Amino acid sequence: MIEWLAMGGYGFYVWSSYGMLAIALIVELVGLRRHRRESWRRVADMRAEHASEWAAGPGESKP
Amino acid sequence: MKPAVATGAFGALWWACQRDLRLAMRSRAELAVIVVFFLLVTSLFPLAVSPDPVLLRAIAPGIAWVAALLASLLGLSRLFAADHGDGTLEQMVLAPAPLQALVAGKVLAHWLATGVPLVLLAPVVGLQFGLDTDAIAVLVASLALGTPILSWLGAIAAALTLGARGGSSLLALLVLPLAVPVLIFGAGAVESYGSGLGADAHLSLLGAGLIVVWVFGPAATALAVRIAHE
Amino acid sequence: MNSPVTPSGSIWFRYASPASFYPLAGRLIPWFGAAAAILAIAGLYVGFAVAPTDWQQGEAYRIIFIHVPAAWMAMFTYLVMAFWCALSLAFNTRLSAMMAQALAPTGAMFAFVSLWTGAFWGRPTWGAYWVWDARLTSTLILLFLYLGFIALRASIDDPRRADRASAVLALVGVINVPIIYFSVRWWNTLHQGSTISMTAAPKMAQTMLVAMLLMTLAAWAYTIAVALYRVRSIMIEREALSGWVGDLERKAGPAAPTLTGATTR
Repeated sequence: MIEWLAMGGYGFYVWSSYGMLAIALIVELVGLRRHRRESWRRVADMRAEHASEWAAGPGESKP
Repeated sequence: MKPAVATGAFGALWWACQRDLRLAMRSRAELAVIVVFFLLVTSLFPLAVSPDPVLLRAIAPGIAWVAALLASLLGLSRLFAADHGDGTLEQMVLAPAPLQALVAGKVLAHWLATGVPLVLLAPVVGLQFGLDTDAIAVLVASLALGTPILSWLGAIAAALTLGARGGSSLLALLVLPLAVPVLIFGAGAVESYGSGLGADAHLSLLGAGLIVVWVFGPAATALAVRIAHE
Repeated sequence: MNSPVTPSGSIWFRYASPASFYPLAGRLIPWFGAAAAILAIAGLYVGFAVAPTDWQQGEAYRIIFIHVPAAWMAMFTYLVMAFWCALSLAFNTRLSAMMAQALAPTGAMFAFVSLWTGAFWGRPTWGAYWVWDARLTSTLILLFLYLGFIALRASIDDPRRADRASAVLALVGVINVPIIYFSVRWWNTLHQGSTISMTAAPKMAQTMLVAMLLMTLAAWAYTIAVALYRVRSIMIEREALSGWVGDLERKAGPAAPTLTGATTR
């Protein structure tokens, strides 16, 4: 197992590469969820702001 | 000054070019700054690197080209900003004259005012760095072909960033990656000549690029200007 | 919104609206995500357990299984992004522009990973972390093109203007991409010449090729899944005041409180 991890002496390079890929993927996926939550928050804020302007109540759709 | 008299393509181009050149001549100091900047930047490299003549001769084409690239960035924001500010650009968008021709006239004027001086001063840089006469000739040729391409790339980016935040650093971020092939083939022409392989291929590619940019540049820039006025 | 009339008619027309694309995207994401995971596991298995040690580069060559797919995805995602930009300009559709907006960060990520893995592959193989060869350098330029696209979008306040301006930028940039490929062939480079060639015989063992292709497909599936997820967030924010977003908000019910105290999903 240790031998395999050592990658014939090139372990540092191989795992730095795969490690950075893993970090990049995690950063992207975590960022996706944060983006989604922030978007829904902004949606709520925008709709709340406009709620008073809709005389006929919610449900008015834009083209 | 409405472009009412020039509704044909060449008439519009000529009108816009003349107008911009006249305006540029009024602010000669700004143009001089660009030229001084070019010479200043090239002078920095021997100071920062080493005065070794062999080294300098080797890196001369790259330095001249990078300096020309950076110097051309300086003049870009003024390409559309003034007209955009006083509403002339909007009039150009609405004018019956083809916007592409008006834009082409402006870019041509820009190159004449800021690019040509760099081409003419390239021999000075060549001498600074110990290039022989033939190499200087190739450098001048490469800049003559390449600086108009840089003007067009800069024009597209300047039009896209009209009214955007971020200023000249955003402009640089947009232009420099697009300018890299021009830089590669421009500086590469001189290096290739120096190593005996001849500069024909590089210069031909630059020439082809110049044709391509004159074919697509007006359309892309005009579209970007229209987008900025929606 | 301007709905384009196309020869293909109703299907394209129907899903060109954010309201109908949102649930479709939501259904597709788990499939592409699962495909990405399965393909990646298969690719890594073949790459590490099946493919032999390279007689020249030792175990270091195994970086190729993520370097080449990342480089390829960075390039290809830019092309797809430019395609969506072209559509958005031609048909004036919002959704196409949103898809381009959703793809950019992932493309930039792959460009960065490609550079990083290229550096760590280059060090043991050619002796230096950064070799200024055409392929690595052009991937760096590609990263700057992505960053420029993202920066331009961010600096224009009006979303529709940002759509159109960044679309023009992407189309101008896409002309650079073939020039990049051209300069790889033009220049005599240190970087390994294209080891996947449609005409010439592959210079790698068959198993290495298989692993690389599996990983490339995995990267493809991943990019699609991520882009679909991201575009959903983009859609609801840009269409915040639409009826369909309101319906979604109501269906989701109360959740975490927001800045203004209103509750949403």
